[in-house]
Amino acid sequence: MTQPILEIRGLVKEYQPGKPVLRGIDLSIGAQGITAIIGPSGTGKSTLLRCVNRLVEPTQGSIMMGGQDLARLRGGALRAARRRIGMVFQEYNLVERLSVMENVLTGRLGYVPLWRAWLRRYPREDLDRAFALLDAVGLPEQATRRADALSGGQRQRVGIARALMQSPALLLADEPTSSLDPKTAVEVMELMARLTGEAGVPVIVNIHNVELAKRFAVRIIGMTGGRVVFDGPPDAISNDHLSEIYGGEDWL
Amino acid sequence: MSATLHREWVRHTPGQRLGRFLVTLLTVAALVWAIRTVEIIPEFLTDAPEQMADLLLRMWPPDLGHYYPSVHAALMETLHIATLGTILGIALAMPFALMAARNICRSAILNALAQLVLVSSRSVNSLVWALIFVAVFGPGPAAGVFAIAFRSIGFVGKLMAEALEEAHPGPVEALTATGASWPLRMLKGVWPQVQPAFWGVALFRWDINLRESAVLGLVGAGGIGVVLDDAINFFQWERVATILLAILAVVLLAEILVTRIRARLL
Repeated sequence: MTQPILEIRGLVKEYQPGKPVLRGIDLSIGAQGITAIIGPSGTGKSTLLRCVNRLVEPTQGSIMMGGQDLARLRGGALRAARRRIGMVFQEYNLVERLSVMENVLTGRLGYVPLWRAWLRRYPREDLDRAFALLDAVGLPEQATRRADALSGGQRQRVGIARALMQSPALLLADEPTSSLDPKTAVEVMELMARLTGEAGVPVIVNIHNVELAKRFAVRIIGMTGGRVVFDGPPDAISNDHLSEIYGGEDWL
Repeated sequence: MSATLHREWVRHTPGQRLGRFLVTLLTVAALVWAIRTVEIIPEFLTDAPEQMADLLLRMWPPDLGHYYPSVHAALMETLHIATLGTILGIALAMPFALMAARNICRSAILNALAQLVLVSSRSVNSLVWALIFVAVFGPGPAAGVFAIAFRSIGFVGKLMAEALEEAHPGPVEALTATGASWPLRMLKGVWPQVQPAFWGVALFRWDINLRESAVLGLVGAGGIGVVLDDAINFFQWERVATILLAILAVVLLAEILVTRIRARLL
């Protein structure tokens, strides 16, 4: 493996003291490809992802990226680190009453000053890039439509465009396909895999669908009970592993 | 297996029934007590329709010639008091609304402090605010503007705090993840969500303030209340009728305007 982009050591998260959701995670994420995290609901996949960009405060441990410990950053340094980490959400989390274009441009809010955002005077290169991304995600005609007028699949495409607008060094995707129908889910995964592949951005994706994970990921991490219990390439995962991750075997 | 066992189902437990009975009893007791306290004099009550008819006869026909220029000028002043007071009130209310919204301001002490300010503003009637500001600025429309503004803080602040608390956290979380600073998250994540509520509340409060500023003149805080007070004091009931009609017309127009705009907001 090449030099890892993200190095997580001994990560513990307790929402309530004495009840850890993450029980000491050690992971290093390589500089390329999609890493899929699978595991039952409530096992801390989402918490793990949110600890990386500090939407959730880690209780213990270190998260090294670009020579900085993300777990220790504060204020401006934290914001500067966040803008290098894109995130795609299960419920898209678009600002519904803003246009598609403005939602994509919010990916630049870590870079543009307040007055520019207020007056909607985004730099020329940001606008060019936003239009190029809208073309790339297949929504070239939708720039002026309001986000709440889009379908689920279209919204997630905007979500991906927004995340890539940040020119991220890492993309986090928290259940990006769970709210979508099976066909759209595959299309959105394909789009994400293609665009991040072209840009050379590594992706960590939480995903429920094991088949989708196997199809798109270069590496699968199985979590259960706040611990990593499987870590390997997609073809190494067996029914025994799945039974250990999700519990029981009748469903297999 | 023959099911002969009947299971009982009642809507309320005995405790709930007792509670409901006590609430009914208290309500009736409060009503009886209230009626006994206000001491309605029967003679005045029977006399009331006659007095009312007499008053209406004195008002008819309204002295419409009196409208221009004195009533018109006072009416315009009332409009200006209401508008300026609403704008000032909103400007003063917004910081407290942000402070009172628990999803935006995480400090419970500041939440409570903001709530206290908002409740204080509402607990004082605009006429009382007007009395206070007449004492500060002297009689005139300036006192009226401040009275309206200070009464509006509580209303606008409370409703905006509620709208802010109802804003979805998801978009704001997404903007946090892009590295946006707090003002940018408010501007691009929260403001678009509360914008319809904001304009709705602002227009609604302006509508209310128009009616409230019509009476402020009774305590010397400017506006059409001043001419109304004068006309009543000099028993010029035809003029009183003109002033009341003018107020009615303006309130009606404002109501129609506000309803139309609010319907288009969402």
